[in-house]
Amino acid sequence: MTYPLSSQSVQFSTTASEDRKAYSAMVLPAASRMMTSCEEDAPMETSPRELTQNPLRKIWMPYKNGLPEKHISQRKVCMTNCPTLIVMVGLPARGKTYISKKLTRYLNWIGVPTKQFNVGQYRRECVKIYRNFEFFRPDNEDALKIRRQCALTALNDVRQYLEVEGGQVAVFDATNTTRDRRSIIMKFAEQNEYKVFFVESVCEDPNVIAENIVQVKLGSPDYMDTNTEEAIQDFMKRIKCYENSYQPLDENIDRSLSYIKIMDVGRRYLVNRVQDHIQSRIVYYLMNIHITPRSIYLCRHGESELNMKGCIGGDSGLTPRGKEFAEGLGRFMQEQNIKDLKVWTSQMRRTIQTAEALSVPYEQWKALNEIDAGVCEEMSYEEIQDHYPLEFALRDQDKYRYRYPKGESYEDLVQRLEPVIMELERQENVLVVCHQAVMRCLLAYFLDKSAEELPYLKCPLHTVLKLTPVAYGCKVESIFLNVEAVNTHRDKPENVNISRLAEEALLTVPAHQ
Amino acid sequence: MNGTPITQAMAEPPASGERVPRFQRPHASVPQFCNSPTMIVMVGLPARGKTYISKKLTRYLNWIGVPTKVFNVGQYRRDATRSYQNYEFFRPDNDEAMKIRKACALTALKDVSAYFTQEQGQVAVFDATNTTRDRREVILSFAKENGYKVFFIESICDDPEIIEENIKQVKLSSPDYIDCDKEEAVEDFLKRIECYKVTYVPLDDVKDSHLSYIKIFNVGSRYLVNRVQDHIQSRIVYYLMNIHVTPRTIYLSRHGESELNLVGRIGGDSGLSPRGSTFASSLGKYIKSQSIPNLKVWTSHMKRTIQTAESLGVPYEQWKALNEIDAGVCEELTYEEIQAHHPEEFALRDQDKYRYRYPKGESYEDLVQRLEPVIMELERQENVLVICHQAVMRCLLAYFLDKSAEELPYLKCPLHTVLKLTPVAYGCKVESVFLNIEAVNTHRDRPAGEEPPCVILPPALYRRSRAQPMASPTPTRAPRLQDLGVTTLSLENVDINREEQDALTTVPEHF
Repeated sequence: MTYPLSSQSVQFSTTASEDRKAYSAMVLPAASRMMTSCEEDAPMETSPRELTQNPLRKIWMPYKNGLPEKHISQRKVCMTNCPTLIVMVGLPARGKTYISKKLTRYLNWIGVPTKQFNVGQYRRECVKIYRNFEFFRPDNEDALKIRRQCALTALNDVRQYLEVEGGQVAVFDATNTTRDRRSIIMKFAEQNEYKVFFVESVCEDPNVIAENIVQVKLGSPDYMDTNTEEAIQDFMKRIKCYENSYQPLDENIDRSLSYIKIMDVGRRYLVNRVQDHIQSRIVYYLMNIHITPRSIYLCRHGESELNMKGCIGGDSGLTPRGKEFAEGLGRFMQEQNIKDLKVWTSQMRRTIQTAEALSVPYEQWKALNEIDAGVCEEMSYEEIQDHYPLEFALRDQDKYRYRYPKGESYEDLVQRLEPVIMELERQENVLVVCHQAVMRCLLAYFLDKSAEELPYLKCPLHTVLKLTPVAYGCKVESIFLNVEAVNTHRDKPENVNISRLAEEALLTVPAHQ
Repeated sequence: MNGTPITQAMAEPPASGERVPRFQRPHASVPQFCNSPTMIVMVGLPARGKTYISKKLTRYLNWIGVPTKVFNVGQYRRDATRSYQNYEFFRPDNDEAMKIRKACALTALKDVSAYFTQEQGQVAVFDATNTTRDRREVILSFAKENGYKVFFIESICDDPEIIEENIKQVKLSSPDYIDCDKEEAVEDFLKRIECYKVTYVPLDDVKDSHLSYIKIFNVGSRYLVNRVQDHIQSRIVYYLMNIHVTPRTIYLSRHGESELNLVGRIGGDSGLSPRGSTFASSLGKYIKSQSIPNLKVWTSHMKRTIQTAESLGVPYEQWKALNEIDAGVCEELTYEEIQAHHPEEFALRDQDKYRYRYPKGESYEDLVQRLEPVIMELERQENVLVICHQAVMRCLLAYFLDKSAEELPYLKCPLHTVLKLTPVAYGCKVESVFLNIEAVNTHRDRPAGEEPPCVILPPALYRRSRAQPMASPTPTRAPRLQDLGVTTLSLENVDINREEQDALTTVPEHF
């Protein structure tokens, strides 16, 4: 998943060339103009470059002759220069695809462009109809040729993704159970200067394997027209085909490789030669996820005083309707009858008041505080349009990356929320009482939403979202607790140009007092 | 938690005129995840880095707000026996010595108990060889009786060069070898190691599969992690997997003097003053003169640090996490203005500068949470120059120099001065390099005055462990007095009703 720029006229973007074009059209506020010594034609060594602040992201960057210079690297998660190839290893039904998808979702969410390449998918496109396990027999020469070809095609696509499409990490999801196959991949990576990190999943627990097969194999396109009994039997025979030639990563032979071996669904890990920051983050993530069934409940605080007035931010208390919702939430959670429920709130009054009505212990996270709207705190959209029309327009142009003056952006929020996500992965049943922008970020993580969609996800007041992991994704149930509240969702208006009229800007503002 | 005074006060807005001292909020920035105390038990032959890991881990945990203490059994042994003669003390057939050694271990365990029950400790690091299954059983039983969690850290190393380096770095200077010559000391120590090897039983893949542990092989090239039970163990594992022992240097510096510094204003996002720009070029020259291979340069997102980095002429990375502490409603005010407009806030801050949070702003405590990923990445990296801000630099420095929450907000981090930190033995060497360009002083000490007020404690009922990071308590046998309101530093006039001139006595000069 990459973050393509919106197709509408984006005047300010993060790419250098577009910045340069946009600059001539823009009037820089005085504060961002730099006062300094003369720098005309002065060599870099003797005088530092002047700085200018990107009006959308509020990031300082050097510029020359009135135009921004090449974009200084912001603190990206992955400071590796070379792309990384993650190679899954393991027998069928060991959770490779589950891990691949989850890891890909996490990396994309924290801002590392990542894509999964499932070789089984390539095989299905090549061999239109799957008959039975015989395709996977180690002595089936024809099939072996096809399977090898599929792997090579996938590797080509990996190269395309990492070099042409701006990808940073590619997850190569296949069994890769022989040393031979792994050599081919490593050679490929070496030629292209990619780092390689293996993720091997080892599991002998027959219950876990059976559960995997039921959860994700029976629904596979391979077994669409097969009945359950036959499908399971066929799949078990398929696994057998791989077992004989399986060469797990070896402590000695493979001691120079970078890898993590996950044993028994996370009871035990062997980590070898972590090379860099991104691999360290991947290991940390993999060591924190689990597959124990559980539910995550996301909701906002009850309606607040400032909500009623159509104002953003602030630290106001609940309205009477908000309090009613809090009570309703308490009843709802009791009915859900959840064992060991953890309740988390932010450190803002409205979420704490809401949690108080539940009469259970709760924990406060500063990281769950609402997005900081800086100079726009406690203003209504009308007031923002009045006082800061330029800012208002910039926000509509790129709501994900836009940072309020002296405030935050959604992009900042995601970074801030990463420890919350990590802890949510570790926990089991959790209710998170938070805020609109925060809930959008968390939801985008669970539902794999892009940066474009994230700031416009619908998270209305007085509605609980119940997320239950299922198969490779997440089931969502939306429960409106039947207490009326204002609508705080503002869609993207049609005209996002800085020269637009006030009415055009305020077209999508929801009604309020 | 329900209906208790503090949370009620939180939930309802204070009546006008009613003071709700912000520092009273019992809520740290992040929830405290530890319920039962945890014992971390080191395992390994001598000279495998156990004490190094113990001390470093303890420093880290205290800094992030988890009260932790090291219990080094060797220290107990030194206190119990008269003087160390030679390796024969450690021979496995030396029954007398065995008795003493066992007694020391048990005494240390008793102190661990006291630390947990009386001093509100959360994590105890039991630093000893613990190389036999027997000894580990004793510890496990002890923990089980008391309801403590146990996490083992085993360090395995067979590289003779690393072992020799360890011996040189930390053993030769040990009290045990004070009167020995180098050659003899090394020989004796190697024989000591042999004594342990005879009975060493490492944690076993099968027999110990129900235990929680991490095995570190050859200083981190490989790790085996088994049964991580909870959040704190997960963080410990992550930390251990990121630290390394490669020699390197960390340079900490503030941005050059800024326009707002000149006029005594805090916060904001101003540019460098002329002297600040001069500092920036001097910094460039200094860094060049240091000839540092592969130097990484980090700045915040604020103009003044970026401008400073620009003068270096090398690539740099911007971290939002390195931004100066957010002073909320006090942003861009002078201390005089803060005293004039928010006298109560000003006094509250002086009462507990670490925990005090500016209205709509941050506290030092929040800063530490914000900076944790920076510290983690600093541990991973090698040579780094961090160009940051006063409060931020204090937090980073407190981590490297193991400073308590009381000391942290008053650490001296003057402008135009580079601090060069080099890890050495169990700690950090600091060199302070003033680059000879005058700047205003921005350091404000605790104000002087009359009696210290009493510090109000968070209610003991509240389900959370102390979030206040402390310096790793000195590893002595006597427990250290916890400063739960009893501080040894004199709190002078920090009363909220103090006179204006008393509040402003320590404000540094400015234009």
